[in-house]
Formats: sequence, C-alpha cells, structure tokens
Amino acid sequence: MFNYLLKRLAAIVPTLFFVSILIFGLQQLLPGDPAVALAGEDNDPNVIAYLRGKFHLDEPLPVRYWYWLDGVFHGDLGESVRIHKPVTELILEKLPVTIELAVLAMLIALVIGISAGVASAVLKDTKWDYAANIFALWGLSTPNFWLGILLILLFAVKLGWLPASGYVSPFEDLKANLAAMIMPAFVLGNAIAAVLMRHTRSAMLQVLSSDYVRTARAKGLAERVVILRHALRNAMVPIVTLGALQLGELLGGAVLTEQVFSIPGFGKLIVDAVFNRDYSVVQGVVLFTATAYITLNLLADLAYFVVNPRMRG
Amino acid sequence: MKFSRLVFALSLAAALPSFAQALRIGLAEDPDVLDPTLARTFVGRIVFAALCDKLLDLDEKLAIVPQLATSHEWSPDYKALTLKLRQGVTFHDGEKFDAAAVKFNIERHKTMQGSNRRGELAPVTSVDVVDPQTVRLNLAAPFAPLLAVLTDRSGMMVSPKAAQAAGDKFGAAPVCSGPFRFVERVAQDRIVFERYANYWNKGAIHFDKVTYLPLIDATVRLANLKSGQLDLIERVAPSDIPALGKDSRFKVAKIVEIGYQGVTFNIGKSDLAQKYPAGKDPRVREAFELALDRDAIVQVAMEGEALAGNQWVAPTNTWYAKNVPVPKRDLNRAKALLREAGVINPTFTLMTPTTSDAQRIGQVVQAMVKEAGFDLKLQSTEFSTSIDMADKGQYEAYLLAWSGRADPDGNLHSHLACKQPLNYSGNCRADMDELINKQRATVDRAERLKLFEQIAAIESKDRPIVYLFHRHWLWAYTNKLSGLRTVPDGMVRLQGLRMN
Repeated sequence: MFNYLLKRLAAIVPTLFFVSILIFGLQQLLPGDPAVALAGEDNDPNVIAYLRGKFHLDEPLPVRYWYWLDGVFHGDLGESVRIHKPVTELILEKLPVTIELAVLAMLIALVIGISAGVASAVLKDTKWDYAANIFALWGLSTPNFWLGILLILLFAVKLGWLPASGYVSPFEDLKANLAAMIMPAFVLGNAIAAVLMRHTRSAMLQVLSSDYVRTARAKGLAERVVILRHALRNAMVPIVTLGALQLGELLGGAVLTEQVFSIPGFGKLIVDAVFNRDYSVVQGVVLFTATAYITLNLLADLAYFVVNPRMRG
Repeated sequence: MKFSRLVFALSLAAALPSFAQALRIGLAEDPDVLDPTLARTFVGRIVFAALCDKLLDLDEKLAIVPQLATSHEWSPDYKALTLKLRQGVTFHDGEKFDAAAVKFNIERHKTMQGSNRRGELAPVTSVDVVDPQTVRLNLAAPFAPLLAVLTDRSGMMVSPKAAQAAGDKFGAAPVCSGPFRFVERVAQDRIVFERYANYWNKGAIHFDKVTYLPLIDATVRLANLKSGQLDLIERVAPSDIPALGKDSRFKVAKIVEIGYQGVTFNIGKSDLAQKYPAGKDPRVREAFELALDRDAIVQVAMEGEALAGNQWVAPTNTWYAKNVPVPKRDLNRAKALLREAGVINPTFTLMTPTTSDAQRIGQVVQAMVKEAGFDLKLQSTEFSTSIDMADKGQYEAYLLAWSGRADPDGNLHSHLACKQPLNYSGNCRADMDELINKQRATVDRAERLKLFEQIAAIESKDRPIVYLFHRHWLWAYTNKLSGLRTVPDGMVRLQGLRMN
C-alpha cells in the first residue's frame, strides 16, 4: 500500500505540470485581446499599452508561461487586474465558502442517493423502486438554475422562511449561514443524489445476486446485516469513486447555483474572471481546483483499501 | 411609576431614528477596483457615490451643482477654471481636504500608471494652489466638458496620505471624503460601508451602514427585493415593471439615461467596410434607418422602458439638436434608396452582445429591416470578444450600448472623431472633426448648441451610428424608503435617502 501511495504521489507532479500548460494554453485560445477587455468602457490606448506591459502580453507565450510558473513556485499566483487583489487572497476568501457548499451538497447527495439506491435495489420492481427511479430522473433532468429560482420564489418570496440569496459566515451567525446554504446545497445535492442513486442501485443489484450474499443469507444472517455489512460495503467501491469525482467537481465551483443564490464561491469567481479576461485569477483558481481534484482522487483510491478488505492484499 | 415608563417610552421613541439603520442595495454587476483613478465600470460609479465626494455634482436636470467645490469661475479666455473649496471637509482618515489635496488628486489622475482619467483631464496642463481653499486648473485651450468631467470620477478626491501610502493597492481599502467610509469588500459578494461621522453634510445622511450586493440575474435581484433581503435594486428588468407597479409594497423610479443604444456600422475601421453594402454606401444605411420604427422597437424589445432617439443624447436632453428630429419609418423610401444603390437585398451581419435585451433588440431590428429587403444576420458574441472585434474592425454592424457621460462631448468625441478610442465605425470626416473639436473649446452654451446642430446634420446624413433609443434607468425599492433622486447618470445618491 505504501508503494502504491508513493507511485500515486509521484504521478501528481507531471499531472499538475501538464494541467498548468493546459490551463495556460487554453486560456490563450479565448478570443479577444485581454488588454482591451480589461481597459474597460473608455478603451483608453494608454491604459491598454500599460496593461500589455504589466502583464507581459506582448511577450511570446513560453516567456509568459515562465513568468507565471516562476510566480507559482514562489507562492505568488499573481493579482486580479479587475479588483487589484492577490489571487491567493481571493482563493483563501472563497475556499471556505466553496468547501462548505460542496460538503453540505455532498452530505445531502449521499444521504438521499445511497439510501434511495439501496432501497430501490432491495425492493426491486416494487413501487418504491419506481418512485426512486422517477426521483433520479427528476434529479438528472432538472436544471439547477431553474430549480434554484423556483425554490427562492417558494421559500424566500412566498413563505419568507429562508433568505433569497447571499452568504453569511458560520463564524458570524451559524443559523443564518445554514439558512443561506440549505437551498443551494439542496439544489446541488439533488442532482448528485440522482447520479449516486443510479450507481448505488446497479452496484447493489450486482452484489445482491452474488454467491456470497446467498451464502450469508443461508447462514441465517439478518437481512439488515446482509445488506448493510456484506452487500453495501462491496458495492461502495464505485460509489466512493463517483462521490470523490463529484466532490472534486463541486470544489471547482458550481457556476449557475452560485450565481442564482449569490454564493461567493469559486464558480462565480472563475466565470467573472473569464468574462473579464482576468487571466491570473483564471489560472490560479483552475490550478488550485485541479490540485484539489487530483488529491481527492488519490484519497478515493486510498479509501478503497478501507471499504474493501480484499484490496489490501 | 407610570410617568417614568412614559418618559422611558418617549425617550426610546426619540432615540429610534438614531438606531443603526442599514441600507442594502442590489447591483447588476460586481464593481471593479474601488480607486477612482483606475476604475473603469459603470457599476463602480454607483458605489463611489457613497464613498467619494466629487468637486462638482449633477442634479436631476443635469445642471452642474456644488459638492466639494462651492463655486467655480472661468477666466475670461476660458483657459483657467478657479474652484472655491468647501471648508471643514475631512477625508475618512481625518486628513484635511484643501487645495493641495485637489492638486494631488488631479495630478494623480493624470500621471498614475494605468489611469483611466488621463484622457478626460488631458486639457488640464497644471494645477495651482491659490490659497488653502482655492485651486486653479490651467488648460492648454478652452475645454467646455471640464465641469461635467469633474462631476464624475475625475472630480473624486481621495486622501493624499492614504493614496501615497497604498500606491496601486489603494483600491483595496479606499479613503475618500464621501458620506460613507470603506469597511470591507468580499469580491462578488458584498461591499460594506459605514457612516462617516465627520461628513460635511451629515444632516442629509440617514443610514449608519450601506451594503452593496452584486446580483447579476435580474430575476434573483428582484426576488431578493421581494423577500426583504434588499431595500433597493438598480437596473430592474423592463418586463418586471408592470407587476411591480401593481405591488403596493414597492415603488419604482425611472429616468431617461444619458447614454444611448445604437447600431454602429463599420464604415472605415478596416477593409471590411468596403466589402459590404451598408459599409460602402450611405444610401444603404439611410434605407436601414428608414426601415426602423424606433417606437415599436422600444415597445416590443424594451417593454416601453426607453425613449426613441436618433442622436448621441436623448430628445429630452437640453443638448439635443432639434434641427434633426427622429425620422419616421418610411418603407417605400427605404426600398427606393436600395434600388438607387443597386442592392435590393443587402446582406450583412449585426453583431450583438449575448444579453437577452440585446438579442431581443437584434431580432426586432432584423424583422423590421427585412420588410425593406435587408437580409440581416445576427451574430451573438460574448462582450469582451465583441469589443475586441469592433476595435479591430472585424465586424459589419454592431449593436452597442454606451452608459453615457453628463456632457454630450462624452458621448460624441471619442465615438465619432477621427481615430478616437471608441470610434468603432472608423468615421473620419474633416468637417465633422473640426466641428467636434470646436464644440469642445466653446464654453458659450448657445454657440455650442449651434455646433451640435451642425454635427447632427452631418451625422444624420452619413450615419456611422444609427442611434435607436435611450434606456430608462429603472430602480425598484421598498415603499418604506423615500428621498430617492432620479438623476440621468444612473447613480444612487444617498444624501436625502431615508427609511420611514
């Protein structure tokens, strides 16, 4: 297991290197001159020339890449041209918000997705199974922004139970924080729950028809023990993988949901940065989320050893 | 006992207005850097209205009124503007506002790297401190728009001490002399200000705290107002106005903007201008204009929340050239012009931004000009890309909105004079240039208006820009709020605003 971990850690370095080239390269493909975009509505040629010089926009691509990489190695991800704030500061500002939203959404997704998936597999071809499948279809086919706006109209505008949008730090007011986060977390969790439910169901169906489950039942084990300890544990491997991927995606920011609920996370940050050609912010945030994504995948792989004893050999 | 309770209740009631009152304003975008020298967005100006006082201000009729300068006087040759400054004004860091501070600020606007104010203040050659309360701006030549320029970011004064200490990081924690001082900013989330206790006009300020929240989606902005999370929202979607008007919990305010919405034609920005019919032949552009029913565009695409117009300022503006009224739709004449030009079915592409408003306007225009024979293609393009394409002349026609400046020159010179930064049409006519430059140097109002009439006459024949309409600035707010002033620059001035 130790060797495996070492190999995986060693693979992170070249992966991140390629990711950094990809981020940098893809960004250059964006149409439009970043200096013109950043100069604002006055389009002042002096400002455009100044911005070109400041951000080395006239230099060849490899040179610009080197400037950036050099900064990254020194812990400097650059500065947002739009609001004049260091990118590291922006990331640290958004990170707790993004993590909280991702974790809450994931919790909702896991609770709903796994329980619905297990129930649907165990009670296959019953009305519960059909209901769970309809729920999954609904979750998969409902656009986040639409569900978000409907929830706002119902719970904030009509009933007045929850705030329509905005973010309050949990350290400032935990109750207000949860009230602000519950709707966006549900919107995100709802979509992921649907995916998780489908995967849990198919993994459980496969496991439930295997020999060792039949043996466990023949030994006279309680059905609850058979399902939760024997079947679900083995079915968890694909669910853990999927969960980690989904969590990684959530950490990359949930653009539409953040926009609708005005949650100041990575999604809003990166979209605004792309539209304003605020390159340092785009590069910094994508590099950060890519690192988080790769780390989560590694953790998911390690989790296999925990949930499935057969893999420890 | 009863008496003491009554006294207590009365004193409580008397104390109520001084309790912390907060105002929450929903913005349509997240502002850029909060440094008046570097700032470059319309929405940033809304936030500055609470933070940074200006030398001069505008009233509802766009007249120049005092703010930090109590009076102004031109020299006989109009090459120097003397400003008398308000006494007893301090910046948020306690530093004194005086003539030296004005000199510092104007010089900072003019020399700071990356300054967006340099162009506006280019005619100012030097600043003299006459005495602590008097400052003189010396000009290379008379410059009529200067007063209006000082009602915007170029007239905003920041604390010299704080600006020197912070350098180009000043925007992260700005220090000005407005009614509110900076507290915090969380990008894309909120900007928080608190009342500045030593504000020179503190009697006009009735809030202790103001929070600006950027909520890009108009539906979400409105939902926040309706659920009580916000007290006031700007740029309400025109389609939401009828329902809001029927809801007694809210009030709606509107005024015609100082900007415009129009179709810019590439008539000389690049070689492309000679390769499509509307670029090379003014008769085709005339036919295009005559195929338009501007009132119908306003009704259909803007739900009536705009004023049809044909110049860089609205027909309600005192600088509107009355000799060139809004033309009526005339399909027969449009078709005849196309026949004369030898292109019965001219085809070209109208580039529009991706906003739903812009796309709707594009579709209405497309349908209208089709009746005259035009085959207009629509190309919806992301804003930054569209600006870059316009800048490089990689377009035929471009639907573009301009937020506007208080002085008509701000909507004209940079847009239509030769080789100016916002001249996306590539328009360059010696006669027009001469008139544009002449109006800039003409301070006499009547004379200047005559020059605008001549410019409008040329523009309306050549049509590098076919102006369509002038939007209404639309605000919606809780009915408990009173004192909102509707100024055509679209700013939300907090002086006089109160919660009842």
